[in-house]
Amino acid sequence: MPVQYTAIIEEHTAVRTACGIFDISHMGQLIVTGANAASWLNRMLTNDVADLGVGQGQYTLLLNERGGVIDDLIAYRSGEAAFFLVVNASMIDEDFAWLEGHLDDGVTLTNESDHWAGMAVQGPKAVEVFSKVFPDEILPPRNGITAMADGCIVCRTGYTGEDGFEFFSPASEGIAYWDRFVAAGAKPCALGSRDTLRLEMGYPLNGNDLSPDRSPIEAGLGFFCDLDKGDFMGRETLAQQNANGPALRLTAIRYLDKGPPPRAHYPVASADGVVIGELSSGALSPSLMAGIGMAYLPAEFAAIGTHLQIEVRGKFFPAVVVKKPFYKPAHSI
Amino acid sequence: MNTPSNLRFAASHEWVRLDGDIATVGISDHAQAELTDVVFVELPAMGRSVDAGDPTAVVESVKAASDIYAPIGGEVVEVNPEVEADPSLVNTDPYGKGWIFKLQVKSAADVDTLMDAAAYEAQIG
Repeated sequence: MPVQYTAIIEEHTAVRTACGIFDISHMGQLIVTGANAASWLNRMLTNDVADLGVGQGQYTLLLNERGGVIDDLIAYRSGEAAFFLVVNASMIDEDFAWLEGHLDDGVTLTNESDHWAGMAVQGPKAVEVFSKVFPDEILPPRNGITAMADGCIVCRTGYTGEDGFEFFSPASEGIAYWDRFVAAGAKPCALGSRDTLRLEMGYPLNGNDLSPDRSPIEAGLGFFCDLDKGDFMGRETLAQQNANGPALRLTAIRYLDKGPPPRAHYPVASADGVVIGELSSGALSPSLMAGIGMAYLPAEFAAIGTHLQIEVRGKFFPAVVVKKPFYKPAHSI
Repeated sequence: MNTPSNLRFAASHEWVRLDGDIATVGISDHAQAELTDVVFVELPAMGRSVDAGDPTAVVESVKAASDIYAPIGGEVVEVNPEVEADPSLVNTDPYGKGWIFKLQVKSAADVDTLMDAAAYEAQIG
């Protein structure tokens, strides 16, 4: 996927106001089946898969022993003893190796990433686009997954905050489906707008905002970690941080005035000019036309309303800690 | 793509228009189209002395920050406050209202080291 097909703001706006389509064929699909699939996944992932009925999905995290994030993913329960995991492209091999290294009896793990093409169709008109392409199919409810009659899979999920779906077809049929969604009104969108859309929602990007040295508690993702479901990889660190409060917090920051677009790795300073961290992500928000970013900061600087500064090429621009999401879509389901 | 024949161009996509010893500098239509969505322009300090090739201003799109290099040496004698207030002028009028800074040049003959419109068009293909 390129950075842009036309222009980032144009693509971003299409998703916020109508419908955009992203090629997500690079993402990975891991299949977990077997009598012990659910109990094993519950020891490998942070969220509680027992909460999932057949056809439902949840955002969840794969952690190392130290509670650091290997990957964030969506786990769908495609059958009573079958799960469909959609993982980040750059992490497919690492996730697979880690899971395979911890495999239990009665569990089968398969990497189907090469088998599937994927596209995310997102925006207030996404449902309309789906109905035009598939008049006889019905989208699953929020976070749900449906195996379609033609061998494709559709999930009511996304990475933009808008209503929409993620659609997986056999790789050889991907281009044909892409063309059908585009003909039905979805505008091709690329990595640049994918990043600004997810950042406006405060959604983390693995490699930027998530890392093996940071826990989901520090990342503000405690909601997706069920500390009461029994033991799981990394739980001890999470429980400690949850009880004592994490030393660092992934903090949402917004410029107070106009300024150059904030970008990853720009230093973040306190109001009195002491550097206290760096942006893990940053962008000019096309919806807000304001600079936004996230940074791991000492907890004492993470309270909403705290005044900070972002350093760009030696100059300091005033900013303030805000609540996530930065932007509330008008059309989310 | 628009490439006015009265301008000279640097390989790094700046254009220059020389009036006496004052060189007006901006970025080419090709450059603005590649950048898309210019959302911020950082202007140089007045009076700053620059050599050819020095990073002198910054133009940022949503995608990336790009240095704008002085195509020839000189002293910054004027900057365009309009592009600071409305950076999209760099997209909509790159050879007019989207100019970025003016240099009082050391040697007007330096402009001859830059490409003419035909050579620049050949470069960008």
